Amino acid sequence: MKEKLQEIKEEALRQIEASDRLEKLNEIKVAFLGKKGDLTNLMKSLKEAAPEERPKLGQLINDTRTAIEEILSEKKEAFEKAMREAKLSAETIDVTLPAKRSPMGHRHPNTIVLEEVERIFSGMGYEVVEGPEVEYDYYNFEALNIPANHPAKDEQDTFYITGDILLRTQTSSTQVHEMEKGKLPIRMIAPGRVYRSDEVDATHSPCFHQIEGLVIDKNITFADLKGTLAEFAKQLFGEDTKVKFRPHHFPFTEPSAEVDVSCFKCKGKGCRFCKGSGWIEILGCGMVHPRVLEMSGIDPEKYTGFAFGVGLERITLLKYEIDDMRLLYENDIRFLKQF
Amino acid sequence: MNTSMSWIKAYVPELNVTPQEYTDAMTLSGTKVEGYEVLDADLEKIVVGKIIKIERHPDADKLVVCQVQVDEEGTVLQIVTGAPNVKEGDVVPVVLDGGRVACGHDGKRVPGGEKIKKGKLRGVESNGMLCSVEELGSSKEMYPDAPENGIYIFSDNPAYDGIKLGSNAAEVLGLHDVVFEYEVTSNRVDCFGVIGIAREAAATFGKPFCPPAVKETGNEEKASDYISVEIKDTKLCRRYVGRVVKNIKIEPSPLWMQRRLAANGIRPINNIVDITNYVMEEYSQPMHAYDLDQISGRKIVVRRAEDGEKFQTLDGQIREMDSSVLMICDADKAVGIAGIMGGENSKITDNVKTMLFEAACFDGTNIRISAKKLGLRTDASAKFEKGLDPNTALEAMNRACQLIEELGAGEVVGGCVDVYPEKTGSRRVKFSAEKANRLLGTDIPKETMIGYFKKIELGYDEATDEVIVPSFRQDILCQADLAEEVARFYGYDNIPTTLPTGEATLGTIPFKLRIEELARNTVEKFGFSEAMTYSFESPKVFDKLGIAENDSVRQAITISNPLGEDYSIMRTLPLNGMLTSLSANYNRRNKNVRLYELANVYLSKELPLTGLPDERVQLTLGMYGDGDFFDLKGVIEEFLERAGLKKSVSYDPKAGKTFLHPGRQANLYYDGVWIGYMGELHPAVADIYGIGDRAYVAALDMPEIVARAGFDVKYTGIAKYPVITRDISMLVKKEILAGQLEGIIRKNGGKLLESCHLFDIYEGNQIQDGYKSMAYSITFRAKDRTLEDKEVNEIMQKIIKALSAEGIELRQ
Repeated sequence: MKEKLQEIKEEALRQIEASDRLEKLNEIKVAFLGKKGDLTNLMKSLKEAAPEERPKLGQLINDTRTAIEEILSEKKEAFEKAMREAKLSAETIDVTLPAKRSPMGHRHPNTIVLEEVERIFSGMGYEVVEGPEVEYDYYNFEALNIPANHPAKDEQDTFYITGDILLRTQTSSTQVHEMEKGKLPIRMIAPGRVYRSDEVDATHSPCFHQIEGLVIDKNITFADLKGTLAEFAKQLFGEDTKVKFRPHHFPFTEPSAEVDVSCFKCKGKGCRFCKGSGWIEILGCGMVHPRVLEMSGIDPEKYTGFAFGVGLERITLLKYEIDDMRLLYENDIRFLKQF
Repeated sequence: MNTSMSWIKAYVPELNVTPQEYTDAMTLSGTKVEGYEVLDADLEKIVVGKIIKIERHPDADKLVVCQVQVDEEGTVLQIVTGAPNVKEGDVVPVVLDGGRVACGHDGKRVPGGEKIKKGKLRGVESNGMLCSVEELGSSKEMYPDAPENGIYIFSDNPAYDGIKLGSNAAEVLGLHDVVFEYEVTSNRVDCFGVIGIAREAAATFGKPFCPPAVKETGNEEKASDYISVEIKDTKLCRRYVGRVVKNIKIEPSPLWMQRRLAANGIRPINNIVDITNYVMEEYSQPMHAYDLDQISGRKIVVRRAEDGEKFQTLDGQIREMDSSVLMICDADKAVGIAGIMGGENSKITDNVKTMLFEAACFDGTNIRISAKKLGLRTDASAKFEKGLDPNTALEAMNRACQLIEELGAGEVVGGCVDVYPEKTGSRRVKFSAEKANRLLGTDIPKETMIGYFKKIELGYDEATDEVIVPSFRQDILCQADLAEEVARFYGYDNIPTTLPTGEATLGTIPFKLRIEELARNTVEKFGFSEAMTYSFESPKVFDKLGIAENDSVRQAITISNPLGEDYSIMRTLPLNGMLTSLSANYNRRNKNVRLYELANVYLSKELPLTGLPDERVQLTLGMYGDGDFFDLKGVIEEFLERAGLKKSVSYDPKAGKTFLHPGRQANLYYDGVWIGYMGELHPAVADIYGIGDRAYVAALDMPEIVARAGFDVKYTGIAKYPVITRDISMLVKKEILAGQLEGIIRKNGGKLLESCHLFDIYEGNQIQDGYKSMAYSITFRAKDRTLEDKEVNEIMQKIIKALSAEGIELRQ
């Protein structure tokens, strides 16, 4: 019996060793361990053995079975592993083939800059507000200390609808609406379209965007204006941006200033971009003129404030080094896709 | 406004700075220097030389060989020239070997200058070049004594007598100077003159300011014996100063005056004209000279013109006036348009004997409007329209007479006629140093502030705490204006930088803008890029889009002074900009273009406008290339759903849009409210715009969407129980819309119906004409239990019955 078992075991091992595919292993399993297999038959023949030997022989048969099963299972795993590897290897792809994309659309560069400006100022507690584009003369001019026949009205080349209704030439009109609401303090920015009678060329458009800023509170100073705009410039153009304030004149602010930032291309050394000066003009600003406060019902003895106006297109052109303003309104997809 | 450095230095003698230092400091103290030109930047090694001998060139007819003495020691150089106008003995500018001139022979500027080297011209050695004013970077306009074509000859002008050979010719010609260009703001009328700028320069650099000392002039006679003046409109003419000059001798003005004028871009003409211009540049006070012998009645009357009055100005043109224009007249006729241009009938000629000099102050606004109306903007009107200080008029007049005497241009008659009905004096403005510091955020001592004021001739009255502002500073009216004076001399860059303190505010973005941002994000996910187009367009747009004559969208707001018809109405439809952009892309062969725009249309309540119009943001979508009507529809639904418009949108194919394909358009309704439209562009409209592909457009009315939008979401449990799905295939009359069919299914499906989804639609073979086959997959689910077939069967029966009632039968 023992010899027989040994023979079976060896034969099984030989066959397993010689097998070359998974199916073969199954056949071997059936042939040796199956219902009609050699070991099962041997087990059946135990009845014929002496009763005292049966447990021992049974044990021997089972040991042989376990041994064969183990080897079978090892071999099976090896086969499976090899097959998986073969499959994976066959599935190799060229990872450098082009990507499949369903391309997203692109924001207009003006909007990207505007959202950035809005983000900066809302972080500083400014509310974003809007005002009408078709506006009364009063809000666009008179309430901003630009009375009838003021030369500034000519300078701005206003589009008129009727005698006292016009297309706003500046988002500053929104200041007045905001002040008239009578809620103080005010910290707002007001982006929007403005209009001036300029022929279309590389640097002019009759329809463009401005962002107005207004802060009114007790004890607002020119130093606060400087600090606020310096912070704005740093966040928009980079931490190492320097800011220069130059005296200027606007009817609705006093003192007034124009603001230059250090050229972000040459870092102030002077290049073609900044016309060699190292500085680029980006906005106008000033302390709200007491007359303007007064006209909108705010007591200039108690409150002070500052205002600023940024030309959105100007920043967009500078930031992205776009050399022709007309590109912003042509909507060529090859242009828009770049942002 | 331009000034030369030398003119500024005439009044600020101690000023000694480089052009760049001047530019930077002046700009920071409020007089913005836009740029400067160093006149002799491209001139090098140019000396005064004398032609001793001229001989013919042996091999060239058009060239001559000159022996030129180039210093007092007697060094002689041989120079070949082609210039026809030189003769022996002429003193001329000579550029030596290795030197540079500004322009080539053609008078075109050479960047960095043109280098001159010795060499041979047709075999004859030449050691330099004789120069024309053009080669020196100027023109005959600025050097009236220069020949038409050829070398500038010093010795033809007696003013150069005694000139040293070998001296720097550029310097002799007044080209060793720097011209600054300023951007003067409209409030600083005083800085439109050299004196005003020099005052600022002196204050900026802390140097003494020495304006011209105006002396008393005139003979024993009295001007009032020659002329009387009457102002009929004292509002438009605040002051009129007249003086008389007799025995006039017209000749060129001296070189120094010519050079200063030329540097400011003004052509020297003759002594009288030049003095007038010189004083205008100095004081920003325009002056006019009349031939007194042509003034009848020896009387000047300042009055408004008659409507329709015709007048010939000294440029020879006849112009028509109206009663808003102010005229200078004599006893019986007009002799000039006040502040704008004198008349042909009284202009100074070479034969003038006696003249009337006028320095007046006219109302700035009136001059500006008149100049615009007449289309005649002159140097004088440009100054007057800024609103001049009436006190300058007399000073400028006396300065002019002083120059007349100094230049020997005539005999000045004593006294003046000065009509000045309402005198303007200095102004007193309340001042508080503490308030100025509070506004600026600074801590500047009061004495320092008063020191700044003194530098620019603002006085201070200690007793009343008032600053005394001279009349030439019309811009200083209140405390804030004084704070600005302090700030600019303290230096804007010295003011600290702080952030506002005080009550905290919230940086909120209004709901409307948040929905717009959501719209952007959503449509961009579907490949739409953002476009921006103009708010105004041509009224022809309505015809291009086939809009009916009586359609209310034609009631567009018209701009009264547009840039042209193409920009003359405010858009009432958002489509034209979109279609124009699609067309531009199509023409440039860009494939698969998808654009969107978020911008206003402008709807008037009534025309002409009496109140402000309704500005409504439209989300406009446009596309061609990949994708169709249903892709666009999907984008819209995705946006609406994300904006919280969760109910289904209904689509009415009878949208009636003339510019859309009649069978492929829909009005969109949400909750019964119209929110926009969409469709395929009508091929006829596509043709007009030049879009050679099927294009799809949509316009959504954002205010209606924003009103219904919200970000409020409540969680509903995730379904635990399984679905039961039933597929049905139906034979449907072609005219029945999927929307109707789904409506029936949903209505009868009750609460257990979870979804119904079209998975097949088919027309053609095996389907009878006029019918289509539609197959839906309908799913049912209960929230609280597993559904039984029996329940679903009952519902399906109900649905099928309802469909059958509409003539829709199941396909077997």
